[in-house]
Amino acid sequence: MQVMTNSNSKPTTPGNDLETMRILVIEDDREAATWLLKGLAESGHVADHAADGEEGLALARERVHDVLIVDRMLPKLDGLSIIQTLRAEGVTAPVLILSALGDVDERVKGLRAGGDDYLAKPYAFSELLARIEGLSRRRHQEPQQTKLKAADLEMDLLTRTVVRSGRPIILQPREFKLLEYLMRNAGHVVTRTMLLENVWDYHFDPQTNVIDVHVSRLRGKIDKGFDEPILQTVRGAGYMIRLA
Amino acid sequence: MSPPHQSSNHSSYWKLFHTSTFRLSAVYLIVFILSVGAILAYIYWNTAGLLERQTDETIRAEVQGLADQYRIRGLDGVLDTVRRRSSDESGSIYLLTTPEGVRMAGNLVSVPDEIAIEDSGWTEFPFNVKTSTGTEPHRARAYYTELPGENVLVVGRDIEDMRQFATIIRNTLITGTLIALVLGIGGGLLTSRNFLRRVDAITDASRSIMRGDLSGRMPVQGTGDELDRLASSLNQMLDQIERLMRGMQEVSSNVAHDLRTPLTRIKARAESALRSGAEGDFKAALEQTIDESDRLLQTFTALLSIAKAESGQSREGLQPVDAAVILNEVAELYEPFAEDQGGSLKTDISGELNVRANRQLLAQAISNLVDNALKYGESPASGFPEIRVTGGIVGDDAVITVSDRGRGVAPEDRQHVLERFVRLDESRSRPGNGLGLSLVAGVMKLHDGRVLLEDNGPGLKVKLVLPRLQAA
Repeated sequence: MQVMTNSNSKPTTPGNDLETMRILVIEDDREAATWLLKGLAESGHVADHAADGEEGLALARERVHDVLIVDRMLPKLDGLSIIQTLRAEGVTAPVLILSALGDVDERVKGLRAGGDDYLAKPYAFSELLARIEGLSRRRHQEPQQTKLKAADLEMDLLTRTVVRSGRPIILQPREFKLLEYLMRNAGHVVTRTMLLENVWDYHFDPQTNVIDVHVSRLRGKIDKGFDEPILQTVRGAGYMIRLA
Repeated sequence: MSPPHQSSNHSSYWKLFHTSTFRLSAVYLIVFILSVGAILAYIYWNTAGLLERQTDETIRAEVQGLADQYRIRGLDGVLDTVRRRSSDESGSIYLLTTPEGVRMAGNLVSVPDEIAIEDSGWTEFPFNVKTSTGTEPHRARAYYTELPGENVLVVGRDIEDMRQFATIIRNTLITGTLIALVLGIGGGLLTSRNFLRRVDAITDASRSIMRGDLSGRMPVQGTGDELDRLASSLNQMLDQIERLMRGMQEVSSNVAHDLRTPLTRIKARAESALRSGAEGDFKAALEQTIDESDRLLQTFTALLSIAKAESGQSREGLQPVDAAVILNEVAELYEPFAEDQGGSLKTDISGELNVRANRQLLAQAISNLVDNALKYGESPASGFPEIRVTGGIVGDDAVITVSDRGRGVAPEDRQHVLERFVRLDESRSRPGNGLGLSLVAGVMKLHDGRVLLEDNGPGLKVKLVLPRLQAA
């Protein structure tokens, strides 16, 4: 076990970006693990490391981690078995599965086993960070939330209406779903793959970048006529709804 | 003949005796000989045997008659009858003697030595018959008995003709059996050798194929017998193997080519950035390297997905789904993009299309088709892609089509484009890895479906045919 920073503070309040997460990384590849732990520490998180399946399961059972990052192919006990065991024991911490097995089928298998998200190797660190922060937020969100708010944009999940600065905005069902996901992650970068997976539930890579057009249409509806755009493009990473 | 040759000759006979045909022929031969033997024995019993039995019958009746004469008229009556009967030239033999054995009447000179007078019984003995040229030794069969006055009575028949007849029949039967035996063995050997020769030819052909000559084929005689059928199905198998091998070779050389090009580009950019030494160039080179690696990784993911779909491993992931829903979703995903390009994507999807499918893979296949139509399907008239997506039921199948108004695919290329890395865009100026349609074909194979490429007059129409799920 390897602790990268000394901070032991736990995140509690949702929406606070500066909160530190305690993350367990179960990864047997030394180089990949070192790179990952370094990145997490630099992003201000606390990371523990387990180099095999059994050690990983033992650490995860302590229930002190906010997010688990689990590699699939591990010595002693494979990633999916760890997740299944944890879920059976009632451990609810969100799990991001990391794996070299990247095709659609393997992704779906990982999610069915109880994983909350799946990222194929090799991956960009920014993508991983966006996803684990997303997982952590989702966990701390009030489940019965009926209204989402970001800056002057408001969304009512019950009446399915969107209002910006008092002006109603008419959205198609898919646009509504897209905006809902972006707003739930307001203040954080959301990647194109995350949108395709969460809004369309497609776990493959379309060869054409179809997501950009959907986002730009949505932007046309929510930013048109306003001086300050609320839906921002983060170059090389994805999109973000401004929180304030 | 040199010893090794001899031994090989010996072993070739040995092999012959061990062929299944030879063993089969041998069994047939034994059964044949046994049945021929049974039939001939029956014939013999019914001809020669019958004559013998009739002769015995006649002799016995005559003895009975003479015994009756003795009882009614005494010795004189018998003497009289024997004298009268011996004088006809009927081939009958008679002898009546005194108790001392002296001849009293009959055409036999004396009591034959074979008769040791005890009581009565059957006997056979040689005797001479007078003919025009002298005498001839014949054989007789007779019954002897002692009359109550101790006179001996012998009644018999000349059985020489009958004996000859029986001999002829016996000889005929034996000869017939021998001929059947010789023909059977000869035929068995001949057919076995013929069979063995053909099996050897097949073995030789398979050895030469194993040595690496994949173009070799099993000899087919054209008679359509079981060996021919075996040889032609082996040949079909070899055709299939050869085709797969060629496909594999093509894929490997395509992989090598398609991977070498981006790797060469990466290397060239890195080297030129190193030479220039400017920080801006470093950054650009690194960014391009990441882009190229992403494309390479996509290629690998696609290759693995195809291989997996084709191997049928994901079959357990198939569930009842409504393909119409997937079709609408994919169309909705791509429609804004098509419009953004200045083109259009129209749908005509009717009712429910219930099939057994993997939702993700089917969506990926349809999305690949739409993707292709967007990339290669711009109409020459408008310069923009005009795509049409349809879904409907035809008989027992759910049929999905994705069509464009582009340049289409020539009929001779239609099967070819389903193979891995095949791109009709020879210049490779447009993005793509040549794996999109291969994945579609792999996914259809997994779903027991078919991919058909048709002329859309103008343009290309890709048709996916999936077996429809019958409502339970």
